[in-house]
Amino acid sequence: MARRSGFGRAEAGLLEKLLRLDLLPIILLLVVASIGAMMLYSAAGGNMDPWARRQLIRFGVALVALIVVAVIDLRHWLRYAYAVYAIGIASLVLVELIGTFGGGAQRWLDLGVIRLQPSEFMKIAVVLVLARYFHYLEQDKIGRPHHLLVPLLLIGAPAALILRQPDLGTAMLIIILGGAIFWLAGVRWWKFAALGSLGLAAIPVAWSQLQAYQQRRILTFINPDRDPLGAGYHISQSKIALGSGGVSGKGFLQGTQSHLNFLPEKQTDFIFTMFAEEFGLLGGIGLMLLFACLIAYGIFVAVRCRNQFGRLLAMGLSTSFFLYVFVNIGMVMGLLPVVGVPLPLISYGGTAQLAVMIGFGLIMSVHLHRDQYVIHPGRGV
Amino acid sequence: MQQNDNDRQIRFTRRAAILAGGQAMLFGALTGRLYYLQVLEADRYKLLAEENRINVRLIQPRRGRIVDRFGVQLADNQQSYRVLLTAEQTSNVDDTLAAIAPIIGLDFATIDQIRDDIGRQRNFVPVAIAEFLSWEEVAQIEVNAPDLPGISIDVGDRRFYPQVSEAAHILGYVARVGPEDLTGDPLLETPGFRIGRAGIERSYDESLRGRAGSRQLEVNASGRVVREIGRTESEKGRDLVLSLDMALQSLAGEKLGEESGAVVVMDIHSGEVLTLASAPSFDPNKFAEGLSTSDWAALSGDERAPMRNKAIAGEFSPGSTFKLAVALAGLEEGVIHPDTSFVCPGYKELGNRRFHCWRRGGHGRVDLNQAIAQSCDVYFYELAERLGIDRMAETAERLGLGREFDLDIPGERPGLVPTRAWKRAVIGERWVGGEDLVSGIGQGFLLTTPLQLAVMTARVANGGKAVVPRLIAAADVHLPERLPDADPRTPIDILNRSDVPRDAISGGGAQAPSLGFDPRYLAAVRRGMETVIASPRGTAYRSRIGVPDMEMAGKTGTVQVRRITQAERDTRVLRNDELPWRLRDHALFVGYGPVDNPKYAISVVIEHGGGGSTAAAPVARDVMELTLRRDQARSADPVREG
Repeated sequence: MARRSGFGRAEAGLLEKLLRLDLLPIILLLVVASIGAMMLYSAAGGNMDPWARRQLIRFGVALVALIVVAVIDLRHWLRYAYAVYAIGIASLVLVELIGTFGGGAQRWLDLGVIRLQPSEFMKIAVVLVLARYFHYLEQDKIGRPHHLLVPLLLIGAPAALILRQPDLGTAMLIIILGGAIFWLAGVRWWKFAALGSLGLAAIPVAWSQLQAYQQRRILTFINPDRDPLGAGYHISQSKIALGSGGVSGKGFLQGTQSHLNFLPEKQTDFIFTMFAEEFGLLGGIGLMLLFACLIAYGIFVAVRCRNQFGRLLAMGLSTSFFLYVFVNIGMVMGLLPVVGVPLPLISYGGTAQLAVMIGFGLIMSVHLHRDQYVIHPGRGV
Repeated sequence: MQQNDNDRQIRFTRRAAILAGGQAMLFGALTGRLYYLQVLEADRYKLLAEENRINVRLIQPRRGRIVDRFGVQLADNQQSYRVLLTAEQTSNVDDTLAAIAPIIGLDFATIDQIRDDIGRQRNFVPVAIAEFLSWEEVAQIEVNAPDLPGISIDVGDRRFYPQVSEAAHILGYVARVGPEDLTGDPLLETPGFRIGRAGIERSYDESLRGRAGSRQLEVNASGRVVREIGRTESEKGRDLVLSLDMALQSLAGEKLGEESGAVVVMDIHSGEVLTLASAPSFDPNKFAEGLSTSDWAALSGDERAPMRNKAIAGEFSPGSTFKLAVALAGLEEGVIHPDTSFVCPGYKELGNRRFHCWRRGGHGRVDLNQAIAQSCDVYFYELAERLGIDRMAETAERLGLGREFDLDIPGERPGLVPTRAWKRAVIGERWVGGEDLVSGIGQGFLLTTPLQLAVMTARVANGGKAVVPRLIAAADVHLPERLPDADPRTPIDILNRSDVPRDAISGGGAQAPSLGFDPRYLAAVRRGMETVIASPRGTAYRSRIGVPDMEMAGKTGTVQVRRITQAERDTRVLRNDELPWRLRDHALFVGYGPVDNPKYAISVVIEHGGGGSTAAAPVARDVMELTLRRDQARSADPVREG
């Protein structure tokens, strides 16, 4: 307990760890990923190519990554949190310098063999680094505003870089995610209120910084009928697809809106719409329940954990997962503006899937090492 | 320290619970939204999805045919070939256009327009680049098909008028739909659709048009057809049978020749119009194809007004043909009786004006019979002076002048029968005595159409029955798909044929009510008309038919268009052929036949054609002879069906 850096219990062997891995989340992830592959198969008009096969292969890779991440000792994650964060920031800067354009934004980093979206990994890095920061921050210091300056910068830097890409959705999600970790760490209500009002005051400034297409998306969200054939078209067609699915859906491969291309970006951001068109309300609720189980697993792990780092890490990652699911589904239903957030594990996209799997790997790592009693809090960095 | 972490854990757990609760609520909101969209609003969105998915394309119905009473095709449909160009099937639209231009004769302006059309459409939508191709052009395109990527040939219907100009004024024509024609009926907006623009084609447009069919096509978001889901066949337009006899109609047109005028032949009992010819005429096929600007300029600029149906829309002074009405009015009103005679010295004086008879020396003493036969103007001046305009007008209107008969062709004119009240109201002046005299010989304000003159004659000939002309023998019928050609010598009314459904036959045939004229007086007028032709002194003696049982009776009319000055009278009145066309007299003739058992009435008006006896009566003679011959042939037919 008094050791400078120690765990309450001796480290278990690798094989033992593998045997102790939870099967439930892995099964849930497999089921959700299979649904994703099925929808990609449907999106291609009943074809494994070009999306479903590649997504499944990548899922296999991501599953291996998940297991590797899960068995790595939590202490290492604590130790290397800043390093991971630094790599994340560096790759965001690289994107800014040499990134590839796609879909109107500079998001990808071309590494030759693979193209990565550093902003996806940044969400994990932010959670890691905040968990570490608050893990070492003593309770009484949380009350002092100047101790919050460092974590605010830790959130602000990647958010600003991602906003420059420009990717408003991901930037907003990182800010909200950071806020959630602040809240979990014990920051007081009134500070959120103060920051919130500051944020509101900053809206006009932020608005002027937004790209024209981002402004249009927000205006369209406020009034989708403003421009039914332009920016509002996606939302209108998405609602038609959802609504026409009815209770039981049109059946697998039978979604008229999706298959006749009325539905935009059906293999990525609007894949939930396609799913709910083909499988109806029952399918939609079923999928949301699967997501809810995965989120609940993360919360369960966080609550069971006996160290602050693991708690914040598991809860933060689970919240991040929740945010993605909520924003994506809310967006395709017309509850939220179209901000280009994929549906985790279902939408086509290797980086996002890998990031989600690594995130769950970390949650499982927390669970595997839940009883380790990490060094005394208040150590400082 | 342990305690400290326990505090943190408790605080964390509390806050995590609140966060999880919030997440659960937000998921609940998503579920609620999903329920709203997929259950509460499902019907609306299902409809919208179907509207997205299904594109209804109309199928144009086949237009109903128009035939004459014997089934001769007057307006039919022909297959027409169109050239379509589909941009996505050729690598270079310009090359394809350049290759096809010499075959179908496209000029640069047209090519530019086609390029614009193609630019406006999605590249898989075929664009029509030429219509109404000849067989040679179709063959040429087929032969050169390998060099014409993207070109396809499409078969559609085109309206076709086999009789060309012979019944053009009655049939009218079809033409492209203009912006002013749009009623919201989507059929009108289908490419290449034609609507009735004039004549029967216009007045019976709805009936002839038929009902559009539709194809329900599944289309994707870019509009490309994925498959056909359903199809409702179009319902072809209903056919229409005219009472016309094209043989007579053609002969009338031929006899009018280059002149400007009209011929009307009608059945005096049933009112069926057998001929309603107007000359000069036009080719309605050109309208269906799209008239060129120069053709339109030629038609609309012609002083002989080829576009006007002069049989119903040409208003002419009746001239001496009006004397029939004046004579009947005189008899009916008791002003004269058939034996009453007047002396004609060649003129009649009224106040200080002198009214001339057409015969300079006068006719001497003439009775009614001779007055009609020789068309003595002075006799009718005397009569008109005693009758006054209002009593003449009353009889004229009973005989059918001064009104429209609603013949179902747009453009019918009412003519004009003046009265004292009319002049006061419209011109604002008092009626003067001289105008009675002028009206008595059918000049002055009086205006009549050839159709009205035929009706007047028919009413005199049928014993004073209020027969009303009609042109439509049957409308809204479905005739057999193939109509065998009628035997030209012994034609059978199509409505009597066994292969025509009974319900095709419309009413008609009801006995027209009597107009209340004394039959003896009508007989006296008819005797005068007989003498016109039978007597060597009659004005139309030279136009007698001369075949037993096929003779006609009639009345000539010559309408002076210009004013003849006293100076000209003193020297020599200029002959018609010495005058420019617009100053020549109108030639008129009305008649009926056969004399003994009248069946048909005829009227002929030749605008600026010269004298009634020299220009109009010979035309009437020829047309009436054929009318009577065809009537005999029909009556003699032993195997008449139906």
